[in-house]
Amino acid sequence: MRLLTHNMLSSNIKGVANGFPLRIEVEKVVEKKVDLNADFLRNIFPKIEWKAFAEAARTLGYAELPEDADSSFLDSDDFLDKFHHALLELHLEEGALICPETGRRFPVNKGIPNMLLHEDEV
Amino acid sequence: MSSRPEVQAPPEIFYNDVEARKYTSSSRIMEIQAKLSERALELLALPDDGVPRLLLDIGCGSGLSGETLSENGHQWFGLDISQSMLDVALEREVEGDLLLSDMGQGLGLRPGVMDGAISISAVQWLCNADRTSHDPRLRLKAFFGSLYRCLARGARAVFQLYPENLAQRELILSFAMRAGFAGGMVVDFPHSTKRRKEYLVLTCGPPSISTSVPKGKGEDGESCSEDESSDDEAEQTVCISDRHRPRKKQKLTKKGKGREWILRKKEQKRRRGDEVPLDTKYTARKRKPRF
Repeated sequence: MRLLTHNMLSSNIKGVANGFPLRIEVEKVVEKKVDLNADFLRNIFPKIEWKAFAEAARTLGYAELPEDADSSFLDSDDFLDKFHHALLELHLEEGALICPETGRRFPVNKGIPNMLLHEDEV
Repeated sequence: MSSRPEVQAPPEIFYNDVEARKYTSSSRIMEIQAKLSERALELLALPDDGVPRLLLDIGCGSGLSGETLSENGHQWFGLDISQSMLDVALEREVEGDLLLSDMGQGLGLRPGVMDGAISISAVQWLCNADRTSHDPRLRLKAFFGSLYRCLARGARAVFQLYPENLAQRELILSFAMRAGFAGGMVVDFPHSTKRRKEYLVLTCGPPSISTSVPKGKGEDGESCSEDESSDDEAEQTVCISDRHRPRKKQKLTKKGKGREWILRKKEQKRRRGDEVPLDTKYTARKRKPRF
């Protein structure tokens, strides 16, 4: 699972008011190279919750991202490279996602988070 | 027993390892899926500026539909309830991310982030109650409600689906409308039983010109053979219009039969002894339109 997906996911357990961001428990991280597309990065940037994103990248062991970012950063190639790497190339292969409110654990196996809820959580 | 998979077992059980592999190794299914997703993407009507969008694939299965999205340069992630299908997707090394999730439990996504959503042959599964705790109405409500929230304003969602009957179609449509979507069904090839494909095209946000539903293919009696994809499907569907022999070409032109023809006919009648008006300069002249 990439951080792009992590940044969009939130916990939808019944009664949880703010299920974002899911905490990450890391067991294994892999990197897969993909081509950089600046248009996509510019398009997706306003939708990213930067704080949660930078935090998640740090959890995966990538601390190059600035604490805060605004759209003026997008002109810098260096920033785009880092943004791209953290967003699309880092994969959480094994580990878990944890709901910030209830502490419910969603295990991640082979890069696929299991977001299935139990019957009493719907 | 019906051939519909929906009535045989719940999706996570029906699509077991064997069925998932069968599904993905059949070149026929792959081709159909690719075509359906191609059309769904077309109906999504994303702006044609070459910028990759973030799309959601609901019921992505083994990633056949996601592949079409990747080919068109978009980023996507998909969710499915069948672990076996997702395992096959992993083997095929699809580009998007995968989630094991049940759409009937609602989508756990942040509001307003997706640029569009597609779903190929999946939403009709929601109409089944596979467990005692399942209520199709609640599941449809949760699904469409959460989908509406996670789509950006003006974004579209396109679902290709196989409703079992009229009631099912109405049920799905009514819950989509209740969630706040505008839009409706687009039916491709409504005259053909096998090629008929139904798409639910929904737009997020208040009704406007952009929310009008596009037209289906082959709607106005356009014969099947005119379509470019007819070669491979010709064996599947019999084209009725081709069975008629071609009509005799009528020689009638706009100008009528001409002066010579009329003079010849009059001559014939005179020889037979009929009473025939005289030949004048007015013979075979066209009447003025105001007459």
